[in-house]
Amino acid sequence: MSMPEMRELTFGDAIREALAEELRRDPTVFMLGEDIAEAGTTFKVLTGLVEEFGTERVLDTPISEPGITGLAVGAAMTGMRPIVDIMFGDFSGLIMDQVANQAAKIHYMSGGKLKVPMVLRTTMGAGRRSAAQHSQSLHAWYSHIPGLKVVVPSTPYDAKGLMKSAIRDDNPVVILEDKMMYKTVKGPVPEGEYTVPLGVADVKRAGTDITLVATSSMVYVALDAAKLLDEIGISAEVLDPRTLVPLDKQTLIESVKKTSRVIIIDEGYEQYGITAELASVIADGAFYYLDAPVKRMGAMNVPIPFSPALEDLTIPNANGVFKMAKMLCGKS
Amino acid sequence: MSQVKIEESMSDVDREQWLHMYEQMFKIRAFEEQVNELYQSAKMPGLAHLYIGEEAIAVGICEALTKEDYITSTHRGHGHCLAKGASVDKMFCELLGKEAGYCHGKGGSMHIADQDTGNLGANAIVGGSAGIATGAAFSSKRLGTGRVTVCFFGEGALGQGMLYESMNMAQLWKLPVIYVCENNLYNEYTHHSETTAGSMKARAEAFGLLAEEVDGQDVREVHAAAQRLVERARADEGPAFMLCNTYRYLGHHVGDIAREYYRPKAEELKWKTDRDPLKLLSSWLTENKLADAGIFEQIEGQVRSEVESAVEYALNAPFPAPEEVSKHVYA
Repeated sequence: MSMPEMRELTFGDAIREALAEELRRDPTVFMLGEDIAEAGTTFKVLTGLVEEFGTERVLDTPISEPGITGLAVGAAMTGMRPIVDIMFGDFSGLIMDQVANQAAKIHYMSGGKLKVPMVLRTTMGAGRRSAAQHSQSLHAWYSHIPGLKVVVPSTPYDAKGLMKSAIRDDNPVVILEDKMMYKTVKGPVPEGEYTVPLGVADVKRAGTDITLVATSSMVYVALDAAKLLDEIGISAEVLDPRTLVPLDKQTLIESVKKTSRVIIIDEGYEQYGITAELASVIADGAFYYLDAPVKRMGAMNVPIPFSPALEDLTIPNANGVFKMAKMLCGKS
Repeated sequence: MSQVKIEESMSDVDREQWLHMYEQMFKIRAFEEQVNELYQSAKMPGLAHLYIGEEAIAVGICEALTKEDYITSTHRGHGHCLAKGASVDKMFCELLGKEAGYCHGKGGSMHIADQDTGNLGANAIVGGSAGIATGAAFSSKRLGTGRVTVCFFGEGALGQGMLYESMNMAQLWKLPVIYVCENNLYNEYTHHSETTAGSMKARAEAFGLLAEEVDGQDVREVHAAAQRLVERARADEGPAFMLCNTYRYLGHHVGDIAREYYRPKAEELKWKTDRDPLKLLSSWLTENKLADAGIFEQIEGQVRSEVESAVEYALNAPFPAPEEVSKHVYA
């Protein structure tokens, strides 16, 4: 008997399914954000949820990012499990006091008495021709603050499973979804219940000559580069940390011990970014196994420009990764 | 109200209630005096922001709440915590960074939280708890618990957008929350007239909140208003704003001693002499023959000895073990 073919969902549909299942499972879960109800968010990721769960659990809010985030913190402290929708990750600056000074610290400051089981969903990713205030990938900001967990899913399967784990987690969890992947990325998602634990990296492609550590949409850049490398006889492993906090250091280190070469690719700004932290973890853990310097590729250190001719230059691409990998492997 | 009417309406229950409030106010006063002493004798790490002069607000309001009702507090929060039922020994331990403190010494003066008494935590960001209080009220409404939340803040928080975003949502969704503005006249070292345009009360009224202004030195007036507004919130009739006019007797924090550059000594003296919340209540009780001087001496003596033994206990209590530093980062 052949296995039924696994259905495919888009990245956005997988997220919606995770949210719907958790809203159904737990009456204390609710969502709030700007235009999330009838409009289903500007990206239409939540379409249909208000019809099933009503406006009390899928709540349209004023355009008050700090206020709704603060309200979620208070609701989380008192028995609810709020999911806040912050339309663009660029608005992180508006909410940072509530996230970094309140949500992240309340459990610790209270000596473990109070908990803040909330999820903050927001977006990342350039390429949408949305210019400097709607294109940034600011997951490094959140990852810097102890007390927060930070999730950057790359596939529909991971997005659904990690979202469900995040909602059930007793800590504030920030999930950054690449807005360019909502409709364009499709992948297998099994019917029925599953979760993906926070803090476990995933090998997206096995290889032996070089490790490409990549996050979110950069996983696809790395996979494309791996195909190009394959054509010239270089076997690349693509490793997706999936969560930045907690970070599965061991899997990163083990992969680099095996391949001896690594490039870290992330869409956040390169300076003081995620890539630097991961490079340091690898340099510490696999130093004696390295045959080449640890290299990293992030977004260019410029505000994201509007013009397509300029914007595309700022994001790492497969060809750039291919060239650097080739160089590290001593093939010119 | 004429004196005869007051006496007629005054039962033993009322008398006990006012004496209890006197005791609570005095406890805050005595606690804060000890904190000042601990600072001046270099026994307390860091700083503290004292509530002396403002006691009638915390007590008048918290006495209108149940233990299950929530409060959020501020950097000047010791009074709120005590009025909501915190114990002085755990408070002192927290202020001294001791293991037995409310937060195992990890919060300190500005972050005391105690879920057993509904205290969702003091907050060191001005206006920082407005969202939290509103969220707690949101939970109460959704979960049908009937709990009311009081959000304490100083008039300095009127400069923070967070407060207005929160009041807007509270009114939109008719949440059981009361925003209590303690106007002690000074945003740290700056008179509010230099920072706050227009009318304070009208700011809340613009959102449609019921707003009341009370004499924050008169615990009876504060309590009466709080009872009305709490009852209203509990009956799902919506949020409210209370503007309580008060005065901070001491500096912005314990180290703010030379204050003449921002406010005259005569002003401080006038408030302490004419508008002291403890004196106002004790005079009213004695004038109405509900109490004599002896009862106040008795209360004060009991409270002082409780406070003194709590300080002693806290000074001798152990610090947290080094392992505590990395506990509770994550739940």
